[in-house]
Amino acid sequence: MTDTAPTQVPSPAAADQFSGGPGAVTGKTPTPTAGRSRRFGGAWLATLPLIAFFLVGFGLPATAIVIGAFTTSSDAPDGGGSFTTANLTHSLQGAYATSLWGSVKLSALTALLGTALGLPLAQAVVTSRFRMLRESVLAGSGVLANFGGVPLAFMFVATLGNSGELTKQFALTKHGWSLYTFTGLSVVYLYFLIPLMILTITPALEGLRVQWREAAANNGATTLQYWRYVALPILLPSLLGGFVLLFGSAFAAYATADAMVGSSIPLVSLQIADALSGNVLVGQGNVAMALGLDMIVVACLVMAVYLPLQRRSAKWLS
Amino acid sequence: MAQLNTPVNARADRRLAKVRWGRGAVLLVGALYFLVPLAASAYFSVDSRKGIDFHAYTQLLQAPGFLTALQLSLELAVTSVVLLLLVLVPAMIAVRLGAPRLRPVLEFLCSLPLVVPVVALTTGISNVLGWAPQLRATPFYQTLMAIQDQNFPFVLVLAYVPMALPFAYRALDGGLRGVDVRTLVEAARSCGASVPRAVVSVVLPNLRSALLNASVITVAMVLGEFTTAAILGFAPFSVWINSNGKSDGQMSVAVSILSLAIVWLLLLLMNALGRQRRAKA
Repeated sequence: MTDTAPTQVPSPAAADQFSGGPGAVTGKTPTPTAGRSRRFGGAWLATLPLIAFFLVGFGLPATAIVIGAFTTSSDAPDGGGSFTTANLTHSLQGAYATSLWGSVKLSALTALLGTALGLPLAQAVVTSRFRMLRESVLAGSGVLANFGGVPLAFMFVATLGNSGELTKQFALTKHGWSLYTFTGLSVVYLYFLIPLMILTITPALEGLRVQWREAAANNGATTLQYWRYVALPILLPSLLGGFVLLFGSAFAAYATADAMVGSSIPLVSLQIADALSGNVLVGQGNVAMALGLDMIVVACLVMAVYLPLQRRSAKWLS
Repeated sequence: MAQLNTPVNARADRRLAKVRWGRGAVLLVGALYFLVPLAASAYFSVDSRKGIDFHAYTQLLQAPGFLTALQLSLELAVTSVVLLLLVLVPAMIAVRLGAPRLRPVLEFLCSLPLVVPVVALTTGISNVLGWAPQLRATPFYQTLMAIQDQNFPFVLVLAYVPMALPFAYRALDGGLRGVDVRTLVEAARSCGASVPRAVVSVVLPNLRSALLNASVITVAMVLGEFTTAAILGFAPFSVWINSNGKSDGQMSVAVSILSLAIVWLLLLLMNALGRQRRAKA
């Protein structure tokens, strides 16, 4: 494989620069630092293809969101293109505000449940005597945390949907169960959020030393006291970081909700898709961009909380 | 000393026994929650009024649109992986060789897509594609039309590469951490190799498992991606599963189980190769 495929890997720009670089053929005695940086002086040119690609694939759409959010759409009375803050105002009112709030509620609830349920599961797995169990749970978590989207929705429809196997077996509909509700969607989201939590919290749980537990026990602490005063304070940054990560992935999720409930539950990602497909009031065509901008703001807040927490929790893992 | 310890140990033992029960219950509930949907969907996919029926699996290849959608997804995946590695690998090696000051910039750029949810990015893309009518007189118009070709929508590749960038960057960064790129290239050059040759035949072989990791993550992401493709109106694999589910739910559930198995196999492959590599080192 290494003989054939990777030959294309260095970009033409980099190749020209490198082979034409000073000392390429002559191979004079290597000189210390000054010579080094001169020799690889054109290296930055190799980053240009990436930056160019990034600008087209990411920079352009991102700019379009910002511009779109602050300008009137082409179906507006003035013909579109003039500066306005009306899109953002609309995106925070009425049905759009409900959907934003719905997304925040769903993400907060599922992230909280995911954290609260993932922690005992991870603890049970980490302290298990069976290596097989540990390895298979961690591998399974890796799979399920990467799973999601449409297949996940279909699996749950087959299990707990209106004609799902469990629903039929236990006549759940009679007991008021419906998968296509806020509660149903939460149950589905937890299917990938709990594994994500297990993956996030396991390193921190492994960092809890047995000696701390023994020291607490020798001082007469009960299990509850050990968790309350020793383990949880140490785990807190990791737990909060995990919570925020779960919140972010639940907030951004679209495919599962769309395949399962269509737009019957107010979620901002579903509203955006709805608005993009033209389902908006006249003159509000750009409200989708404003909603997109709202989502980016929430995601930025999430990252701003997550990164410092992650750095802090890393302290205990060394 | 032993006498002193005994009561504490006994108490610890008793507590341990109690905790073991709790652990068993927790694991049981967890196992039920995660395994029941799998079992139920497997049963759903073969359950019919006349008993067990495997038509959802046997007739999959003849299902309308299945092969086309799968082929499109695979093409998109391969193109995205090749392009991603072509632009990312030279850049990451170059910042280690001669532009260390660009390294934080690169890291920042590569983690930026994490703060833009895919739905939001898609609104931006659809906005850019909507500029087409205004550009009718320029060559940009042709470009915008060409990247929206239904047979191979290149615009999806343009979207997938930035979306996979944070994960691919992390995978490659992990691999490069264990390799002293500069020393390797210097050594190869003092043996008379040019820099490109040194990179290709000395640095890249050392990155084999990192390159594979990055590729596997990207392939898994592209095969499962639904949001962008569905909103922009293209029909790769995941969109097909969704639309087919409206006419034949059983088959879509069957395909969902199969795609879970594929993700599982891909990750297993990644782990196995990673372990092999660690064993060698």
